[in-house]
Order: sequence, then structure tokens, then C-alpha cells
Amino acid sequence: MDDVAAWLRWLNQAHGINLSPFYDAYDGWRFVGGLLTTVWLSAIAIVASIALGIFGAWLQGSPRTGVRRGVAAYVQFFRNTPPLVQLYFFYFAVGGVLPRLTDAHGAQVPPIGSFAWAAITLSLFAGAINVEIFRAGLEAVPRTMVEAAKALGLSRFGVFHHVILPLALRISLPSLTNNLVNLVKTTTLAYAIGVPELLYASAQIWSEEFNVRETMTIMLIAYIGLVGLVVWGMGRWERAWRIPGFAP
Amino acid sequence: MAHPRLRAVRGGTLGSSSPSLISPVKLGALLLLAAPALYARAEAGPATLSIAGALVQWAPLIFRGFLLNLLVSVLAMAIGTALGIGLGLLASSLLPPVRAAAWLVTQFFRNAPWLVLLFYCMFLLPFELHVFGWTLPLPDWSKATIGLALPVMANVAEIVRGAVQSIDYGQWEAAKALSLTRMQTWRLVILPQCIKRMLPPWMSLYAVLTMATPLISVVGVQDAMAMVRAALTSDGRPELLIPMYVMLLGWFFLYCYPIARWTQALERRYAVLA
Repeated sequence: MDDVAAWLRWLNQAHGINLSPFYDAYDGWRFVGGLLTTVWLSAIAIVASIALGIFGAWLQGSPRTGVRRGVAAYVQFFRNTPPLVQLYFFYFAVGGVLPRLTDAHGAQVPPIGSFAWAAITLSLFAGAINVEIFRAGLEAVPRTMVEAAKALGLSRFGVFHHVILPLALRISLPSLTNNLVNLVKTTTLAYAIGVPELLYASAQIWSEEFNVRETMTIMLIAYIGLVGLVVWGMGRWERAWRIPGFAP
Repeated sequence: MAHPRLRAVRGGTLGSSSPSLISPVKLGALLLLAAPALYARAEAGPATLSIAGALVQWAPLIFRGFLLNLLVSVLAMAIGTALGIGLGLLASSLLPPVRAAAWLVTQFFRNAPWLVLLFYCMFLLPFELHVFGWTLPLPDWSKATIGLALPVMANVAEIVRGAVQSIDYGQWEAAKALSLTRMQTWRLVILPQCIKRMLPPWMSLYAVLTMATPLISVVGVQDAMAMVRAALTSDGRPELLIPMYVMLLGWFFLYCYPIARWTQALERRYAVLA
């Protein structure tokens, strides 16, 4: 390890290629901290947006017109406005109106911090798209399957639970993968409200070390690695759930 | 078929029917008017404008920023489309190394976060270019346009590649049987059939790009988002926060929602019935 660090220091001195996150412990931990924040933010938003998506798609099957319209308004609002403006709107406008809390040291603090607002906004944004994805999946289940299940004497709930939902989820998986990849990429927006995620940590490093090119490249490779991880994980999920002979 | 990610980004393309939508005009008007109207009653000192008055006062400045957002979106789309078509055709090349290189470039720019690519271009492009003795200044907004054009390029390349792949192989063979050259086959047989399939995802991409343009405010370009922040800072009135942001959200909504509806209509029209 020390040899590698020594070689990287030499690389910096001799050629001006400063890969400081790999030899400087302080920069290295800052980078890892940023990476972990990004992973944590992505993980929360992925789980919450999938839950929102399933819940919204379920609500869209409601017999009440008002409920369906409400879900449609939510989906259209979040799909047709810029994610960054949504984030600013929640963080500065909504967060600014909320009453302040007094913390243990007597300081006035906002009840919802920047990380929480980023997680909320990203979940709502990706959740709106997931509603559409799951709704499309539910609609794409062949009618004949439903009829066959009914003919076998399954109850209404049984048909949904044993036939429609398992097929709809499998049909939705490829689109879901794309949206989740997009979500991981969108976590960079949290930089704008000062969440110490990967882009923020990298910006701190390059503004102190003046190694913009090197740090940016390491960061970009890290992001592409993260996206690759999501694609790989979802691919495994798809393969694990594959039904032989059923191609959605 | 068109590339799934783009279809997924805008959603609603897998199923056949459109979701039950509330009237766009109603929602847009609500976004635009409701919040200021609600807040207009809030007491304002004799010297300060009412909330609605403040919005009207700032609107022209913010709208000028909004026009910059639209200009950047149109330019980035034009550059990205031109480069992306080239890249997409290279990805359909007969030579494996060319295909592999085009694939690598596409995947790289498609999977990198837009904001990161924007940072790359802002920091690493020079502030002026020297071409044949001419000095071409590169203002910030033009660098930002290039930064946004790169992911657009990769996404257009995927749309083109997907459309070309979706054309039945029999078409190529039939063209060969008619003794068309490969160039003629592209021009007369393949591309005309692709355009129909590429149009809806291409329009979705444009809407996604337009909604990404506020990112340029993060790297210091004076767009609508930056104008809103500047206006809020200069007034320093917390009660303006929500109306001002809602106004900007409303403008983007009124611009992007019709594009989304139009895309859906085109998709239904071009849908191939299995």
C-alpha cells in the first residue's frame, strides 16, 4: 500500500497527475464518505420510489374518479417539471416555510435537513415515473391469463395476488431498471442543496488540490461503476424471476 | 423498438391506453395562479408590493432567463441530434471495431450523470478557441450547451440504433436483391422507415433535456432558475419563496406537458399492432 502511495506521489511530482484520493488519507476518506452518502441516498430513494410506484399504480385502479385524478396530477406534475426546480422548491420554499425547531444546543434548526429533502424529492420524482411503469405492467398482463385464472376458480384477490401481480412485476422490470439508473444519476442534484454526496465531496477535493481533471475522472468512473452495479443487480433479479417460456 | 430507457423516462408507453389525465390547462393554471392568489392576501407593508405585484415585477427578468433555457435546449438538441445520428449509424456499422468503439462512447455518455458532464465541460473547455488565427470566444452558456449536448448525443445514438435494429432483416435482403448499394439501402429503405419509430422517443428526449436545462444554473449560467434565486435574494421576503418557485415550475410544466401529450398521441398513431 505504501509503495502504491509513494508511486502516486511521485506521479504527482514528476508528471503533475494528482490522484490525491488514492494516496492522501484525508481526501480518500472524503471521497469514500461522498460515495457512501450517494449509495445511501440512492438506496433510500430506490426503495421509497418503488413503494410509491406500486401504491400509486394500485390507487389508479380505484373506482373513485377523484383518487385517480389525484394520482394522475401527481404523476404529471413530477414528470413534466425540472427535477432541480422541484428540489429547490422543496428545500428552499417548503423547507423555508416550515417552523424551526430548537435543538439541544438551543440553535434554530430546520425540521427536515438537506439530505432528507433530497431523499424525499428524488423518491417523489422517481416514484411518479414508477407509477406509470407499474400501471403499464398491470395493463400488459394478457387478458387470457386472467380469464384462465378465473376459470380455475380463483377469487378476485387470488387472481391479483397469484396471477396479475407476479406477471406485471416481471413485465415492468426492464423499464424499472432504466428508471432506477436514471435515479442514481439524478442523485447528483443533491449537490445543489449542499448534501455531501459524491459530486460535492469531489468538488471539495478538486477546489483544494487543484486537480479538477483527475478527481472528476475518478468521480465519473465511480458513478459509472454505481450505474453498472444497478444494471447488474436488476439483471440478476430479472434472470432469477424468469419464467421459462414466458417472454414479456 | 425505441430505446426503453427513454420510453421509460417519460413512462406511459408500455400500455396502450393513456392514463386518466386532468385537463392540462386546469393544472397549469392552478400552478400558475393558485399560490400567488393565496398569498396575495398576506399583509404587505405600505412600501412593499403585494405578492402578485412582486411576481409581475420580476416576471420579465425571469422570463428572459427562461428564454435562455429554451435556447440552450434547442441548441443542445440540434448538436446532440447531429452527433447522435452519426454515432448511431457507426453503431450499426459492418466493421466490428467501429461498432465496438461507437458502443463504448454511447454507453459512457449515457450512463454518466448529466450534472457531472456539465461540470466536465465547464471546467475543461477553454474560454476561447483559436481556429485558423480566429479567436472564438466560448461564453459559459455555450460550454453548458455542449455539456448538455453530450448525453443527448448518446441517447439519440441509442434511439437510432434501436430503430435500425427494429427494421426487419428482410428489408436489407430485398434491397440487396434489387441491387441497391449499402448507401442506397440506408437512404431509400432503412432510414425512411426509422424516422417514424424515432420521432416519439426523440421528442421525449427533448422534454427531458428541457427539464435538465436548469442544471446550468448550478454551474453559474444566468438562466431562469438563477434569476429566481437572485430575485428572491434581492427582495428577501420569505413569503415570496413558494409563489416564485411555483411560477417557474408552472412555466416548465406549460412547455413540457403539451410535448408529452403530443408524444403519446404520435406513439398511439405509430403503434404497431401485434
